[in-house]
Amino acid sequence: MIFSFDLLINAIVSGILIGAFYAAVTAGVSISFGILDIVNIAHPAFIILGSYIAYIINVTFGLDPIITSIIVTPAFYALGAGIYQIYYVSFEKRGQESLRGLAFFFGLLFITEVTLVLYFGVDYRYVEAPYIGPTWHFAFLDIPLRILVPSLVSLLLIAVLQLVLTRTFVGRAIMAVAQDQFALKLMAVDPIRIKRIAFGISIATASLAGAFLIIIQPVEPSVGREYIGRVFAICVLGGMGSLPGTVIAAMLVGVVESLTSTFYGPSWAPAVSFGFLLLTLAVRPAGLLGR
Amino acid sequence: MRTDLFFLICLVVGGIVFAAAIALGNDYYFFAGYVVLQYVVLSTAWNILGGYCGYVNFGSAAFFALGAYSTVAMHKLAPVPIPVLVVIGGVVSGVVGFGMGYLTLRLRGAFFAIATLALAVVLQTLIVNWDFVGGSRGAYIVRPESIAPFGSYIKYLFLIMMLLAVGAITVARLIERSRLGYGFATIRDDELAAEACGVPTLTLKLIATTISGALMGMAGAPFPYYIGFLQPSSAFGLDYAVNSIAMPLIGGTTGWVGPLIGAILLGSLQQIATVTISSAVNLLIVGFLLVGFVIVAPNGIIGLVRKYVQHRPVGQVGPRRVEADAPGSAPGPTP
Repeated sequence: MIFSFDLLINAIVSGILIGAFYAAVTAGVSISFGILDIVNIAHPAFIILGSYIAYIINVTFGLDPIITSIIVTPAFYALGAGIYQIYYVSFEKRGQESLRGLAFFFGLLFITEVTLVLYFGVDYRYVEAPYIGPTWHFAFLDIPLRILVPSLVSLLLIAVLQLVLTRTFVGRAIMAVAQDQFALKLMAVDPIRIKRIAFGISIATASLAGAFLIIIQPVEPSVGREYIGRVFAICVLGGMGSLPGTVIAAMLVGVVESLTSTFYGPSWAPAVSFGFLLLTLAVRPAGLLGR
Repeated sequence: MRTDLFFLICLVVGGIVFAAAIALGNDYYFFAGYVVLQYVVLSTAWNILGGYCGYVNFGSAAFFALGAYSTVAMHKLAPVPIPVLVVIGGVVSGVVGFGMGYLTLRLRGAFFAIATLALAVVLQTLIVNWDFVGGSRGAYIVRPESIAPFGSYIKYLFLIMMLLAVGAITVARLIERSRLGYGFATIRDDELAAEACGVPTLTLKLIATTISGALMGMAGAPFPYYIGFLQPSSAFGLDYAVNSIAMPLIGGTTGWVGPLIGAILLGSLQQIATVTISSAVNLLIVGFLLVGFVIVAPNGIIGLVRKYVQHRPVGQVGPRRVEADAPGSAPGPTP
């Protein structure tokens, strides 16, 4: 095996950039699974849905995918709030979230994927944007803009989310729901409403993450499945419900995956996140920055 | 009813079905029936962990594929008869199930579910990269034309799967009525309380995971002979994962009858839909049925039947306690 310093640095840098994107993908799960304790395994399916919406708008109107995804955020928020309402009435209220709630999200994942396959087929779709294509060169370092732009916007998204969660009333209420739902009720706040808002926000991030995804790589409906293990591994590794932890964990996973695919071949990369997941669960279930 | 008697009755019923399929005189019925029986085994196996203990396994496809690929590996190493392959597939999947469970079952249930989801992806990665069993290109298993005394080979495969189905159902019923089954039920109802009463929850969960995984592996072992050409994407198909969850939940998860009904109904429906409509649409139907049933009829078809035929409301004892035929008393600590 040829070991080169250039290759190593390039792999690490692209790993960090991809990691920032993974953080945006995981942010929604950090909110739903980490804070609200809702095991939304359908989250990657909503991300793919976001990708396809960005793709349709991009092909028909030529609009930038990231701008599109910001515009459709309210629709995703409403979708999330609606799903939470169904979830709450059907499962959480009856105390059946552990078995049937999980099956419900699995069903949603499956329906979304199969519907997309029926409409669009299994061909890879991609978008057009001015920053897709050019690459910045610094000495031996290559930074493709198609990865750099989504990464920076991802970090911006995480920063905004973190500010909302720690500085605003609703954000603090969301963090409070995670700690003690009953106490929140005593403060005359409806925990169900807060959870609905939080879940809406979590799904809304999927719209943005979907746009980032389709900028970075061509997308077909089953791509989302690769992300299930990855997002939950990052979420658990970072520490449940901690956004800074999510960013650190995402970059760690990104770098290790990038190194693996550079030095061992890209077909081994999916095993990395699973290794991380099992290791975390076995050694430190609370994660890096766990509460 | 005693277990050996029940086993005999199942065998007789299986024999009648086999005879009926022969009487119909068309090999297609064996091909279609094999798939339905395979789902009977898979959903019964899933239900041992999912329905009895309340732990969701999304990795049915992974365990199934483990069984199928251990057959491929054995086929290259030393060709042995299929019943031996079934045992090997069961052992391999059982061991993997045990290992997975040991790492994740000490934590909350959700972690186990997520780990099983990820397991499928990782095992697929391993298989794709493992050239000995064909890698991403897939592997050919040449099915012999015929085998004595059955005539065509598919009849032999059908019979093996029928025996597996009978075995799986008997095991499920045996567990349900034993001390083990009551232990499982306490985990499903309230794990913390069970633990406090001295029920060895981790051991029980590990037993359930191992049995469930082993049965899934056994169902997968004859699969390469059935399909003839095995590639990772067909062995790890999402339809196995979704079907083995949907069938018990649609049938009813508290007993052995539910998965059986679910598998026969949904399995036959899919066989018909695949022939008449398309295979993508029939998966969509399964997805909608799954979501619809968990929302509207949480106790499945069995729950609906109980509700309307016996006029006995199910599930009013408490949100999670839906046992009508099992006595509510948990084994508890022996005095």
